[in-house]
Amino acid sequence: MNKTQIKSHESISDFEKKIMSPMRRGRFLKYLGVSTAMSAMAIAGCDDDDASSMNRTEVDLGSGDIGILNYAYLLEQLEAAFYEMAVSMPYSGMSSAETSILTDIRDHELAHRDFFRVALGSSAIATVEFDFSSVDFASRASVLGTAKAFEDLGVSAYNGAGSLLTNAEYLLLAGKIVSVEARHASAIRDLLNPFSADYAGDDVITAATGLDLAKNPSEVLSSAMAFVKNKINFNNLPS
Amino acid sequence: MNLLKIISDIEKVDAEVYEKLSSRRAMFRHLSGSGMKWAAVPVIMGSTLNKAKAQSSAVTDVLNYALTLEYLEDDFYKSGLAAAGLIPEDRKVIFQQISKHESAHVVFLKSVLMQMSSTPVSKPAFDFTAGGMFADVFTNYQTFLALSQAFEDTGVRAYKGRAAELLDNATVLTAALQIHSVEARHASMVRRLRAEKGWITGNNNSGLPVAIYAGEDNVMQGGASITDLGYSAAAATEAFDEPLTPDDVLAIAGSFLTS
Repeated sequence: MNKTQIKSHESISDFEKKIMSPMRRGRFLKYLGVSTAMSAMAIAGCDDDDASSMNRTEVDLGSGDIGILNYAYLLEQLEAAFYEMAVSMPYSGMSSAETSILTDIRDHELAHRDFFRVALGSSAIATVEFDFSSVDFASRASVLGTAKAFEDLGVSAYNGAGSLLTNAEYLLLAGKIVSVEARHASAIRDLLNPFSADYAGDDVITAATGLDLAKNPSEVLSSAMAFVKNKINFNNLPS
Repeated sequence: MNLLKIISDIEKVDAEVYEKLSSRRAMFRHLSGSGMKWAAVPVIMGSTLNKAKAQSSAVTDVLNYALTLEYLEDDFYKSGLAAAGLIPEDRKVIFQQISKHESAHVVFLKSVLMQMSSTPVSKPAFDFTAGGMFADVFTNYQTFLALSQAFEDTGVRAYKGRAAELLDNATVLTAALQIHSVEARHASMVRRLRAEKGWITGNNNSGLPVAIYAGEDNVMQGGASITDLGYSAAAATEAFDEPLTPDDVLAIAGSFLTS
């Protein structure tokens, strides 16, 4: 990569141009009922430090497209919190390649999490509290095994949630994120069983159709709930 | 995954397709059983087909588009695996897995199209040397890997670019997303075999035609600047994959179609 290439290849699809035009940008936030000033406040006022004041409150994901975006936001919070811990207390013998991969993934999940928080603005759920006591952060197998489970879960969640959205722009955004989760899943799986077929294994991809997993929110949340301290109300999500 | 269940789901979700089918069959019965003059047939056929096209052309167009890309990938990996001495023995299992998926995608997409009473597009003839640009594609593993990365990353962008056109058909949309993430798993693995990151940083084309990664340097998502949230341009661009329009994809894949 070099600067010349970046500058000379700024072309983007018409669809993207539409989304990114100032009018669309304003409309996106307006649609969600927030101003940019408010979303900035939401970031400032929702530090992890404030978690205690929100502790154990029931989190209502809401309904419609907003509910689905909050559902995605919840999963990104989960992944981000997990990788923050995995990177801050590395298991013994973590290779430099593993450190690099886990650090990259942490940053991607943090970016996803913060993106949803800003995009949802005042509609965003609170910062959720997690319980990773079932993970042994000193153990490579435990950390990578959990990472694999979270990435596969994320892929199956986005795959299952796409058709529950009504707004094409949100669907595109979900699509932009899910393929990155799939890239993560592939890399983590390859760390666990290098150069095997596991990066896209038959345990997640049906051999006869070549289709990845797709799960509905209640299936996904029943898996994720083991790591979430708050009670999650997802009764109003579209199905 | 039970294909019959998918088809019955399509039936449930897209009752229109089946109504349309049965009314079309009824029309043929009506024509054969009546003394209607043949001269009237083209007019009736024309209006019926136009109506059918208006109702489902978006979905079948996307499916045929996807099928064309899957034909390309399927052929590519079959040829690669068949080329003696190309893929190192200890890497074959990786490409056998990809090949298995691409073949399954071809079969699956054809089945869905046929169930929707649409004739799947035929497999085009491919030239993986792209007129000599990649002359050693099936004799040089590095060239093969490079094209594999190109096809997988382009596939991810192509599916993403058309998902929204499937919003009215939940079953087909979900299936398309389920293929999309498989292509992304492939892409990540192949990139890592080339000592690249599994994810795309900026519009880094890693030696491939720049069109394949054009626009991947976007940091604006849904009106929010990811870099303004405190992330490096590298992390911001890696965290979000970008779509390609059909025109973009055709410009890339077109080099591999024999005219």
